[in-house]
Amino acid sequence: MNSQSTSSEAQAEAAAPKGFLRRAWESDIAWSFRHSPVAIVSAVVFLVLVLGAVFAPLLAPYNPFDPSTLNLMDGFTVPMGQGLGSGELYWLGTDDQGRDIFSTILYGLRISLFIGLMAVLFAAVLGVTLGLIAGYFGGWIEAVIMRVADVQITFPSILIAMLIFGIARGLTPPELRDQMAIWVLIVSIGLSDWVYFARTVRSSTIVEAQKEYVHAARLIGRKPGAILRKHLLPNVMGPVLVIATIYLALAIIAEATLSFLGVGAPPTKPSLGTLIRIGQDYLFSGEWWILLFPSLTLLALALSVNLLGDWLRDVLNPKLR
Amino acid sequence: MSNGALVQISDLTKTFDISSPWLERVIERKPRQYLTAVEEVSFDIERGTTYALVGESGSGKSTIARMLVGLMKPTRGSVHVDGVNPDSASAEDVLKFRRQIQMIFQDPYASMNPRWRVSEIVAEPIVTLGLLSGRDAVVRRVGELLEQVGLSARDAGRFPHEFSGGQRQRICIARALASNPEFIVCDEPTSALDVSVQAQVLNLMRDLQRDLKLTYLFITHDLAVVRYMADQIGVLYLGRLVESAARDRLFSAPSHPYTQMLLDAAPRLDGFGRQHQSDSSEIPDPINRPSGCHFHPRCSRAKSNCAVESPQTQTAGASRVACFYPS
Repeated sequence: MNSQSTSSEAQAEAAAPKGFLRRAWESDIAWSFRHSPVAIVSAVVFLVLVLGAVFAPLLAPYNPFDPSTLNLMDGFTVPMGQGLGSGELYWLGTDDQGRDIFSTILYGLRISLFIGLMAVLFAAVLGVTLGLIAGYFGGWIEAVIMRVADVQITFPSILIAMLIFGIARGLTPPELRDQMAIWVLIVSIGLSDWVYFARTVRSSTIVEAQKEYVHAARLIGRKPGAILRKHLLPNVMGPVLVIATIYLALAIIAEATLSFLGVGAPPTKPSLGTLIRIGQDYLFSGEWWILLFPSLTLLALALSVNLLGDWLRDVLNPKLR
Repeated sequence: MSNGALVQISDLTKTFDISSPWLERVIERKPRQYLTAVEEVSFDIERGTTYALVGESGSGKSTIARMLVGLMKPTRGSVHVDGVNPDSASAEDVLKFRRQIQMIFQDPYASMNPRWRVSEIVAEPIVTLGLLSGRDAVVRRVGELLEQVGLSARDAGRFPHEFSGGQRQRICIARALASNPEFIVCDEPTSALDVSVQAQVLNLMRDLQRDLKLTYLFITHDLAVVRYMADQIGVLYLGRLVESAARDRLFSAPSHPYTQMLLDAAPRLDGFGRQHQSDSSEIPDPINRPSGCHFHPRCSRAKSNCAVESPQTQTAGASRVACFYPS
């Protein structure tokens, strides 16, 4: 009786068009997500960090960049300790100027995530465009684009980023440098990662462009631009999503590395990497928390994004199922 | 143009440059290499008839189809459909050509964009060629086309992967009909389908030909399909048209030895128990084709001159054959 009613329900469901949420919940990806503890934990960690970064002004107990709220007497407060000057409780301690580490981490996370996302977006747009063009037109256009990519891939991406960063710094007037720094970071990290997008997209484009639906579109005189945008782009985007997730983790780490080396985010707008560099100065004098907590946050962020990317790659690759 | 044929193909030739990359050629002293896929093929297709091109794999059937619809430029020779050339300099002529000609492809799984809905797929030629304006008119036309090929107008909202192979081929036919073409090139449209579905699709195509006065170029290697569909048949061998004749004549009295071999190789129901001398020789390498008549190494009638000169096409009545010793 019970099974009968459920089967007729299932039939009624199959007949009626399903809502988007329902279809999303029943999709393969959602099923795989529900059955992968690693993916769930990484997604929760990533979501918490993103929400913390987005709502930093609401969540942070102090504004670390407003000098008027700083109390120098509170400097070097230990985690869960009370400041000497104000007597307030600092969860993760304070730095030399009495800035709350928890608040600086939230604001730093914001800058790290923003730079990482924008850099990957920039790399993806550039790489996908060039990859599509190289794969579809072939010939000397492909040769030029892919040889540039090959040459670039032989340089370590940090080196390229430092080179671009150095040149851009030399060109910008000193008073604009701190404002420009973040955009220069985005461009320099993005420019060093576009190759990976371009290579993948080029090879999928070559495969797709030989399929008959592309011939059918050419036959009726569709322009190459329309074929690239409307026919090929939607069919090569699958792998791009996976690469984007993996390179998001790498872009965040690259940004932290550059900032740690002192060529990245300025101290007025510190990212996690800047915080780690500042904290490193105090490690040997015993103030370990200034280094440890930003490092742990960076670790959690990079690891969760990376594990999510790995999971997504496995799900979307039918060969591994 | 002198005669009234809708499609005129004359001296169509296509060679592909398959040389190794420049550096390899220089280092290893390799010469440039060319592959002649199609060589001086000429034939006409009368309005409202079906011309079938048959031949083994690698005989140049699909290359001819690609050149015919303008996807590939011929090395030499020309294609005219209703007097219009696809490589014409005038944009008006090119548009006219594209409106007249359509193509149905072999693989129904690759011939539709998997991310598009059926409505978008069928509407693409209408919108691109500017045949109808207004969303409602296009939607109505798509519904009509789907019903014309035996599907429902409600299928417009579905994706290609929701259909079977035969249904997909019907959608492809609907897309081909969308621009009201006079001439449709069918590149092995049924070879990827089950036999029962093949018959349905072939019947649909014949009905459409009768109702819409369509002209077909039918490319296939299935002789049963040819016998059912074709009015005129051209037999290709290594890029050359070796025989061209009306269907009944070709099946009853083939004159080229290759045509005879091809017909002998096809399984027959009435030939139960017949002793069959099967030909075990393979089609030669199209890069290094045999000299003279390309068929001479496999031919039972070959004499010494077959290896030296290539035979000119001889016209005998309505049929043409390229052989020194036709039967």
